[in-house]
Amino acid sequence: MNLTLKVWRQPGPKAAGKFVQYTTTADEHMSFLEMLDVVNEELLTKGDEPIAFDHDCREGICGSCALMINGAPHGPRKATTTCQLHMRTFKDGDTIVIEPWRASAFPVLRDLVVDRSALDRIIAVGGFIAAPTGSAQDGNAIPIPKEDSDLAMDAASCIGCGACVAACPNASAMLFTAAKVSHLGRLPQGQPERDRRVLAMVQQMDDEGFGGCTNYGECQEACPKGISVENIARMNRDWVRATLSDRGESAVAAGTG
Amino acid sequence: MNLDAKIPGGPLEEKWDRHKKDLRLVSPANKRKFDVIIVGSGLAGASAAASLAELGYNVSCFCFQDSPRRAHSIAAQGGINAAKNYQNDGDSSWRLFHDTIKGGDFRAREGNVYRLAQVSANIIDQCVAQGVPFAREYGGLLANRSFGGAQVSRTFYARGQTGQQLLIGAYQALERQIGKGTVTMYSRHEMLELVVVNGRARGIVARDLVTGEMQSFAAHTVVLGTGGYGNAFYLSTNAKGCNVTAAYRAYKKGAGFANPCFTQIHPTCIPVAGDFQSKLTLMSESLRNDGRVWVPKEPGDTRKPADIPEAERDYYLERKYPSYGNLAPRDIASRAAKEACDAGLGVGPGGRGVFLDFSTAIKRLGEDTIRERYGNLFEMYERITDENPYQTPMRIYPAVHYTMGGLWVDYNLMSNLPGLHVIGEANFSDHGANRLGASALMQGLADGYFILPYTIGDYLAGAKLEPVDTTHQAFRDAEAEANARLGKLLSIDGTRSVDSFHKELGHILWEKCGMARDRAGLQDALARIPALRAEFWENVKVPGSAETLNQSLEKAGRVADFLEFGELMCSDALIREESCGGHFRTEYQTEDGEAMRDDERFTHAAVWEYQGEGKAPVRHIEPLTFEFVKLATRSYK
Amino acid sequence: MNRIIALWQTAVGKKVAMAVTGLALVLFLISHMISNVLVFENPQHLDDYGAWLRSFGPLLWVARLGLLAAVSIHIAAAWQLTRMARAARPADYNRHELRVSSYAARTMRWGGVLLLAFIVFHIFHLTLGTLHPDFVEGAVSRNLKSGLAVKPVAAFYALAMIFLGLHLGHGIWSVFQTLGLNHPAWNASRKVIAVTLAVLVAGGLLSIPVAALLGLL
Ligand SMILES: Cc1cc2nc3c(=O)[nH]c(=O)nc-3n(C[C@H](O)[C@H](O)[C@H](O)COP(=O)(O)OP(=O)(O)OC[C@H]3O[C@@H](n4cnc5c(N)ncnc54)[C@H](O)[C@@H]3O)c2cc1C
Ligand code: HEM
Ligand code: HEM
Ligand code: SF4
Ligand code: F3S
Ligand code: FES
Repeated sequence: MNLTLKVWRQPGPKAAGKFVQYTTTADEHMSFLEMLDVVNEELLTKGDEPIAFDHDCREGICGSCALMINGAPHGPRKATTTCQLHMRTFKDGDTIVIEPWRASAFPVLRDLVVDRSALDRIIAVGGFIAAPTGSAQDGNAIPIPKEDSDLAMDAASCIGCGACVAACPNASAMLFTAAKVSHLGRLPQGQPERDRRVLAMVQQMDDEGFGGCTNYGECQEACPKGISVENIARMNRDWVRATLSDRGESAVAAGTG
Repeated sequence: MNLDAKIPGGPLEEKWDRHKKDLRLVSPANKRKFDVIIVGSGLAGASAAASLAELGYNVSCFCFQDSPRRAHSIAAQGGINAAKNYQNDGDSSWRLFHDTIKGGDFRAREGNVYRLAQVSANIIDQCVAQGVPFAREYGGLLANRSFGGAQVSRTFYARGQTGQQLLIGAYQALERQIGKGTVTMYSRHEMLELVVVNGRARGIVARDLVTGEMQSFAAHTVVLGTGGYGNAFYLSTNAKGCNVTAAYRAYKKGAGFANPCFTQIHPTCIPVAGDFQSKLTLMSESLRNDGRVWVPKEPGDTRKPADIPEAERDYYLERKYPSYGNLAPRDIASRAAKEACDAGLGVGPGGRGVFLDFSTAIKRLGEDTIRERYGNLFEMYERITDENPYQTPMRIYPAVHYTMGGLWVDYNLMSNLPGLHVIGEANFSDHGANRLGASALMQGLADGYFILPYTIGDYLAGAKLEPVDTTHQAFRDAEAEANARLGKLLSIDGTRSVDSFHKELGHILWEKCGMARDRAGLQDALARIPALRAEFWENVKVPGSAETLNQSLEKAGRVADFLEFGELMCSDALIREESCGGHFRTEYQTEDGEAMRDDERFTHAAVWEYQGEGKAPVRHIEPLTFEFVKLATRSYK
Repeated sequence: MNRIIALWQTAVGKKVAMAVTGLALVLFLISHMISNVLVFENPQHLDDYGAWLRSFGPLLWVARLGLLAAVSIHIAAAWQLTRMARAARPADYNRHELRVSSYAARTMRWGGVLLLAFIVFHIFHLTLGTLHPDFVEGAVSRNLKSGLAVKPVAAFYALAMIFLGLHLGHGIWSVFQTLGLNHPAWNASRKVIAVTLAVLVAGGLLSIPVAALLGLL
């Protein structure tokens, strides 16, 4: 199939960028990234620099790939990462617009590559259970209802791709953050730090410059792992409870200090 | 080359405990004064970085991805072994040890493997405490599944995303330390040189992949947890960025490289669809529990699979291995598929594929049961191939998956180069010639959480390390070397892309040093690889500059190393004149096509020592002794 | 005190403030709607209601101040959150498909501005009478009828109520999310509750200007 691509090209973080148009021929069995590989080989033979984009596992689990494809993060297919999107989703003659994630918290580094370290910093302030190596009791010491464990797993399947931020009209990181708060908050091991965790992570989201949530729901639609906005409600509840709880005063101080 | 494995004496069960008693300690106040560089943030690197920082060391951690959470460990699906014996089915450290030694075809060290089995139980406890949502039974206790090569049920799992969940656990522990300021994380940094001062590893040179800046980092010790080199084959189940660069740079600085030819081919991957193919996707081994493998009996049969009558199908695994059938071990199943395709019986585009058919199981158990068991895998298959495996058999083919070889380390996980520690898939230690399913995750975490934190202290407490910082000449030299390499790559300005060289190298290795190897093929490869390498250095095209984010340049550096390393793999495979585990030499097989070890000549690890540009490396050996198990032939008939 | 400040310090906190004040306004509007539709039954009821309200004297002022505070907080938060959202995406996409968000969700901000304009006008119109052509202190239903007899004014009232309906349709569902009032057992009913309430409140109020436009009031 013949395709026209409109791709965002930007030589560096501070440089101005623009859309550049390319034409290419693709096989329907190619993945989207393989289609770009071919474009890049063609650019190379012409002496141009290839289009930079993040990718690694190419099987939908590492969360590296991150392209806005025709206005949708990871493209039109539901529950599918960019690397798992195949060209059979498109048809001959299509024009495909490819842009980087756009958020002030995700500055563009080059072409389609953005800096998502803000998500790491949200984890660093509280997205963990402090369990120093060697301090653990037997794995079966605390039984966890299968339902809770399954729900924790649902939330934990987030791959940190940032598509939720990319999709959200407010560039909000609520879904990503809420997924982590729910994952850990669902488990007995996560209870001692539950208040502190949610307060700190919510604060960090703001500090990184993400927007708030207006409950648009676009994030859930874009999420390749189907993380539900129910997690956002849960996080909000946890946050209110933590803010108003007995422990609130010191936890708030710790969270904002 | 000093290849003293330093295995402690005494009974197998007591070695590690005794050793721990003998290890020197660094006092809490002094730990802060030691700088530790950890390259890699996979299961091995992240768990080590978090644990060492917790102990009080001053840690710097590096990865080339944009976040430590994206290390390739994230992709592991099936599970992690541990000798918990929660199922009461007779598991024990001994049994896990024995299965692993036998699975590795008696080419691993007893002492190391026993320790691995011992600490395996602690790993599960640690991960549960961190919030890893392992699968559970309704009663709330941990669930297990069975995996190849074992008769007990000891594999813990988190749906089909075990690696992801374990890595997220380690990553969170790491991020916690980053938040506390005890670990400095350098993401999007690629290590390009190891720096050796006075015979000891004292730092690295890494390139900031965003700014292109070449930077030096000094430390008291360096830990490599940089993963495996399966991408030498171009097409593999590994992530695109997996590379041998860090390990190879260390090798060039004097670290021994052990058993480079030991690579694992996984039998159930989605076959190549076309020339554009950039990587291969694994379909969990568990599918073989209910899927039947077959090919048409007649070559060139282009009928739809459903139209081929039973009598004209060859269920070759069931035919050849009646007792294990479709569940024959990885290496055996892989080779059988290759043989069928070589005989022209392969199916699908290019004829490199065999059917994995669920129709019998669907008839027997119903589609719902199959969906419940494998639904997510079937979806993944359909997403990639656009074929519905409920209606038509899957097509599968073997693919490179894991590398047992790696940098040589002693019992303390230190290479022969003092101060250089190597953990996870990057070292060679525990899997011998073949790795059992669900044991790489176990090894990576054992190394990082429970072994290195002890042994590294012993090194730091014992070594008298003079102060060294990045102004030292060795750093200047290493930086210059790395810069010169990049400059060279950029200046060639030839006509061929990096990928085209990588594909060609991969093709050579796959054909000659893949599932089945022979003398003539390996010799051919050994002639072709240097020629390809020479062409690369004359005709590669790397656009752009070194001062920006330049993915072509990153790839070029990695492929340049693969082009040298591929030769080492073939040399190692050529000299090892026996078949064992993943290394199958067609000259050394029994009459009915089974692997034939040569314990007389090859009960050892082969360790290669670099001799300098253009000189043949020297092969040393570390003899393996088996005091506690008896060498025996694996049989799966 | 810390926690009150904290309630305001983060985006999540501001949203909680919006939800609480929005909810207060919804409660007011429910009663406001009921009292106003009484005008259909018997105009005297509305007047009695007005008189009854006024009989509270200072307490009425407390309630008014409360409403004013709620609206102010609601608007201040809306303003700040909007600015945060704008700052969070300084460069927009060339192409961005909104795939699931409703028209109501997307018009919260501009719809809110329209509502603000309406409220200001409304106070000057029917409470203070400044913008009323023929205002008689205390004659509530008479003022209402004569006020809405001016067609453009009635049309503006009607338009505002349509946006109120949209605002509440998304807003009430949103309150459940913002305050974390979710449970698998009734998550599905949250949208139903929101839409029903929005239709009742906005529809009830809308009926008055519509009646006026049709000459039925
Ligand atoms: C598809 C698949 C499925 C698997 N399933 C299982 C399973 O079910 N059970 C099991 O036990 N094993 C499984 N394995 C094997 C297992 O996942 C790996 O062996 C293991 O995760 C390796 O961990 P590691 O920490 O050693 O390396 P990795 O996770 O590969 O991490 C390497 C790290 O090193 C960094 N790095 C590498 N080179 C450089 C450099 N030059 N400079 C800076 N940083 C560098 C990378 O950024 C990364 O952080 C599977 C493997 C694959 C491919
Ligand atoms: C068609 C829609 C509406 C009609 C017909 C209507 C009618 C009236 C009338 C008749 C009064 C005067 C009551 C009195 O003086 O006793 C009034 C007062 C008021 N209305 Fe409305 N109203 C409408 C919508 C709204 C809306 C959407 C709001 C927004 C919040 C609102 C807020 C108020 C307020 C704050 C007062 C002043 C109450 C007081 O303090 O005395 N109204 N309205
Ligand atoms: C008539 C009175 C009003 C009522 C009853 C009302 C009610 C609500 C409710 C219930 C919400 C949902 C809060 C949440 O998401 O939890 C909301 C949101 C909102 N309101 Fe109002 N509101 C009113 C007036 C206004 C005005 C005057 C403005 C603006 C000037 C405004 C702007 C907004 C905005 C922008 C939101 C979305 C905020 C966000 O989600 O970020 N509203 N409103
Ligand atoms: S919540 Fe979904 S979209 Fe957001 S980072 Fe996680 S996986 Fe990606
Ligand atoms: S799209 Fe944005 S507004 Fe909230 S529900 Fe999702 S974060
Ligand atoms: S490349 Fe890893 S998720 Fe797409």
